[in-house]
Amino acid sequence: MAKQLMKGNEAIARAAMLGGLDAFFGYPITPQNEVPEYLSRYMLEEGKVFVQSESEVAAINMVYGAAAAGFRAMTSSSSPGIALKQEGITYLCGSELPCVICSVMRGGPGLGSIQPSQGDYNQATRGGGNGDYHVIVFAPETIQETIDIMKEAFDIADYYRNPVMILVDGLIGQMMESVDLTKPVKKRFLPEKDFATTGTNHHSRRNVVNSLYLESAELEAHNLALKKKYDKVIINDTRYELINMEDPDYVIVAFGTMSRVCRSAIETLAEKKIRVGIIRPISLWPFPNRAFETIDAPHLKGILVVEMNLGQMLTDVIVANNGKYPIGFYGRAGGVVPDPSDVVNAIGHFKDLVVK
Amino acid sequence: MEIKYKKTNGLTDTPLSYCPGCTHGIVHKLVAEVLAELGVLGETIAIASVGCSVFSYKFFNVDAVQAAHGRACAVATGVKRNLPDRIVFTYQGDGDLASIGIAETIHAANRSENITVIFINNCIYGMTGGQMAPTSLIGQKTTTSQTGRKADVHGNPIHISEMFSQIEGVAYLERVSVYNPRQVRNAKKAIKKAFTYQMEKKGFTMIEVLSSCPVNWGMTPVDALKWIEEKMTPVFPLKVFKDKGEEANV
Repeated sequence: MAKQLMKGNEAIARAAMLGGLDAFFGYPITPQNEVPEYLSRYMLEEGKVFVQSESEVAAINMVYGAAAAGFRAMTSSSSPGIALKQEGITYLCGSELPCVICSVMRGGPGLGSIQPSQGDYNQATRGGGNGDYHVIVFAPETIQETIDIMKEAFDIADYYRNPVMILVDGLIGQMMESVDLTKPVKKRFLPEKDFATTGTNHHSRRNVVNSLYLESAELEAHNLALKKKYDKVIINDTRYELINMEDPDYVIVAFGTMSRVCRSAIETLAEKKIRVGIIRPISLWPFPNRAFETIDAPHLKGILVVEMNLGQMLTDVIVANNGKYPIGFYGRAGGVVPDPSDVVNAIGHFKDLVVK
Repeated sequence: MEIKYKKTNGLTDTPLSYCPGCTHGIVHKLVAEVLAELGVLGETIAIASVGCSVFSYKFFNVDAVQAAHGRACAVATGVKRNLPDRIVFTYQGDGDLASIGIAETIHAANRSENITVIFINNCIYGMTGGQMAPTSLIGQKTTTSQTGRKADVHGNPIHISEMFSQIEGVAYLERVSVYNPRQVRNAKKAIKKAFTYQMEKKGFTMIEVLSSCPVNWGMTPVDALKWIEEKMTPVFPLKVFKDKGEEANV
């Protein structure tokens, strides 16, 4: 249990190496630059692969090549950069290649700002690539949790043969916290990478990594196989945390940095004798619908969704709630991080915030 | 009975998907023969691109990765950096390499990625039905330059080998063609040299092959071969642009 002080982005980089990272490919963009900076030094020192690519598009396609060859590959970027990677992400999903993508969100749309934001919830969970696919998305709220998930991310990616995204905002990337890098992670049985294109001398059949199926029946069969896999992810790797959920007056739904702010807010609210619980989605895809089924609150006045955007996760909460409770929304955009007092006020004005 | 000639085991038995008279088949055969002769089929990873050669992963008897449009050299980088002792090559057309994938290709060359690029230049987008390519000739009629390519409207044909000859990281670069048996033999020599240099870890190698597209050019296969010789080679002269191996011997 050796604790040390680490910056979020550097912790992401170190944790990726602890998770077995073989090859990193990335392009500079604020506020994630410390990830490639750190890896440019330590990956090469350990004889591993680091390439600063010519573009985000090239980086994700280098990941595609490395993953096809059977290696643990990763790229890291921020909002406009992740937008550019969407093509590669759908190819990775279509070809069933495992990899890890780190997204350190900043304000948008367009060039936006370099301040922390959660404006890429939809980008991460819906994606901008073509076709029926899903990326497994985890949104940790502390640097420690970021490390723990990052260390496990390659196993999850390899297990499902699917990209895993670690979604944090610029605040988590840039701040420093006391962390323990040695916490053990859950081990799972991993399949042999018998798909890897390493040359036919090195395995028993000719391997082809491909996402092209010109016959519609063939492609539909592939789509259905992917769907089956995604269903398995939903069952086995949906993650969330329930905080203070015994008979609450209100429930807040918040993820990442925003859930930390809400943790402080509910303490203030408790002093005012208002009981507020928190549902904190850790996996954003799959979204923890089942957390809403566990709500047992006879006095519940409503659910407040709080995001550092103008209401993106809100859509998923509306679906999960299925009309059961009134839903309110409070969000700030453009890189503004709400104070706990803003959240306290929002609960006080819940009726005004109800989404019609 | 003595066997004088047989299909190389560098190709699978899958029938080629190319149009009659198209020279892709010849280039496939040359690459496959070279890999077989060098004894590296089992150590090779092909990177297929998007365009007519999208199915090349079915034809080359090696492990293969199908890349997104233009991204073959980035994918090749990802493979080769992790497997530096394997042979990695891309097979790309002029739309894939010279248009949408030019950044990936230039930077792979500039990093001197130890890969071989087979660049098929036939002055047209074949797979999508004959649109103007960045290499289309001035005056060439295509479905998107229906009265002929004009420099002031469409720009001039891009000279990839001439551009890449300026890049320090390029170890071998030659423009060849396959419009007659002599050129086919020369093309094979060039391809073999490129792969040999890769085996010797000399760095980035590229062979530009002037190729035909009889269907989209609206010509018979024989006229198409004549068109390469008479119309393409004056614009795209056949020559060795760079040979670091020879420079070293000087």
